[in-house]
Amino acid sequence: MSVRRLSPNQPASFSFSKESLEQAQWWISKYPAGKQQSAVIPILWLVQKQEGWVSEPAIRAVAEMLGMAQIRVLEVATFYTMFMLEPVGTHALVQVCGTTPCALRGANELLAHCKKRLGPKDHRSADGKFYWQEVECLGACSNAPMAMINDYYYEDLTVESFDKLLDEFAAGRTPAPGSVTGRQGSAPEGGPLVLIDPSLYDGSRAKPIKSLPNAPKPTKGATEPAA
Amino acid sequence: MVGILEDKDRIFTNLYGVHDWGLEGAKARGCWNGTREMLKQTPEWICDQIKESGLRGRGGGGFPTGLKWTFMPKAESERPHFLVVNADESEPGACKDREIIRNDPHLLIEGCLVASYAIRAHTAYIYIRGEYVHERERLEAAIKQAYEAKLIGKGNVHGWDFDLHVTHGGGAYICGDETALMESLEGKKGQPRLKPPFPAGAGIYGAPTTINNVESISVVGTILRRGADWFAGFGRPKNSGIKLMAASGHINKPCVVEEAMSIPMRQVIEDHFGGVRGGWGNLKAVIPGGISMRMIPAEEAEVALMDFDDLAGRRSGLGTATMIVMDKDADLVRAIARASYFYKHESCGQCTPCREGTGWMWRVMERMATGEAEMKEIDLLLDVASQVEGHTICGLGDAAAWPIQGLFRHFRHEVEERITNYRIGKPHVQGATLAAAE
Repeated sequence: MSVRRLSPNQPASFSFSKESLEQAQWWISKYPAGKQQSAVIPILWLVQKQEGWVSEPAIRAVAEMLGMAQIRVLEVATFYTMFMLEPVGTHALVQVCGTTPCALRGANELLAHCKKRLGPKDHRSADGKFYWQEVECLGACSNAPMAMINDYYYEDLTVESFDKLLDEFAAGRTPAPGSVTGRQGSAPEGGPLVLIDPSLYDGSRAKPIKSLPNAPKPTKGATEPAA
Repeated sequence: MVGILEDKDRIFTNLYGVHDWGLEGAKARGCWNGTREMLKQTPEWICDQIKESGLRGRGGGGFPTGLKWTFMPKAESERPHFLVVNADESEPGACKDREIIRNDPHLLIEGCLVASYAIRAHTAYIYIRGEYVHERERLEAAIKQAYEAKLIGKGNVHGWDFDLHVTHGGGAYICGDETALMESLEGKKGQPRLKPPFPAGAGIYGAPTTINNVESISVVGTILRRGADWFAGFGRPKNSGIKLMAASGHINKPCVVEEAMSIPMRQVIEDHFGGVRGGWGNLKAVIPGGISMRMIPAEEAEVALMDFDDLAGRRSGLGTATMIVMDKDADLVRAIARASYFYKHESCGQCTPCREGTGWMWRVMERMATGEAEMKEIDLLLDVASQVEGHTICGLGDAAAWPIQGLFRHFRHEVEERITNYRIGKPHVQGATLAAAE
């Protein structure tokens, strides 16, 4: 279990921006009437996108918006580890995956580098630009080791390439996400060994299907589908 | 040719994102082809076809998908039916659903429509893990395309009113469990529910619900298009079909690839993943599924087949078929200690054996990794692991115990050696300190 507490330093108030409010209404509209509580995680995420973290006044505001008891929103905000409960770095929130598949491919060196460059984990760096964490598996194991920096994945990292990424973020730029070695998605290094048959992509598969294999003979007035 | 499966039989033809992920590209690759004919058949026919195809749940459980669908009530009532797609891919090692969502989202959307029709649902939710921000944006965009083309939505061209929504989590592994996912979808902490009632009786909002993995749903359209017998023609009986496989760890070319079930493990590693670092002889152990599956040593990996029954026979499991390969340089004890930390971190805290047990097991594993532990603690650890396993509401307790059991089943001598080596030269009386049992 991860034990998480609200930050002792809380802002006096919170209010939704116009965009966040519109987005929140869109999320609420996805769920059946009366089940607006379902939108609590997406809306807390919107709060985090707006403010950078989730504060106590924001939790109260979300509870009011969704007609929930405040404690229920607090439960959600502290249970789900993606919600940051204290202010994060101004330039980048760096979340390095440290779970076994990444650890086998060098994540421990990345973590050590973070510590060296940015200071202790779960804290803001001295210059206030960064905040770094060791997180659990982010689901990009074939591109290990990897890190999520502000929302997007940076994959196939080495200490050197990771350090360069941090330089970019420190300078206020956002490098293109994905594999830093230029790998195509999760294809093997050097290019795909499969999916090279051109007939897959020449449109021949889009030829209308007359009847499905194993389909029963048309009954109850169903007509043969037009080709 | 590499592997067994030929290109012409691949379902996920844009697995690497080389081609257009959008509607036009997907249609050119055969997606949404014949969907109208599928929806002209009865729901029973679709369930039967999926049953005949031998498709077993691709999220790790391996429960027959067609059979699961038949558990839903046969007629609609005042309680609407729901389909929920589990895209909370959080198992360490697993990284396959992500490729479907970001590169072939229309196969998933088509599958959602067909599966919803088969279980008589008019609404489906795709619950995607919170960290997959890019994948969620991609999926939302693809769904928007499908709505605009009237492929889904109210009054769509297929004649089955169907709404598809994406919702997301907040970084909790436990929400991959179907009942925890339902709690999370309802806007609560992701703490699993007791079963029964099973989701098909009372799922989200108390309504009949079917929960399937992304891959299970995404292959449905192609199975119906090409025939159940085509799909059932791959792999051994009861393990049939095609499956996304992936590898990470000590291999030369980690990647995700689609392969026929029951392919020999060695073949898939050597053909697709560039072989083990330093050659096959350098292999030490493989964790065949996600990390919760028990590891198997190199001798067994040599002859193992990538399917449910073969790996279960080796007291491991196929899981998600996303293997973690470890060579002779790997510190297995450290690797499993890290896995134990993962389970300690992700335990939801609801059941005592798991909440207390995962933390306890992690602390002992850490000392095993350095060698500080006592010899007798090995048996104590295995005893505790077996007491956590099977004594919790969901499978997380089991998943936390299995990697440890797998390690000691095959590599107990290594841990013992480490403990012995740690003690050499240290004036230490066994039993003098027992800091573990805290």
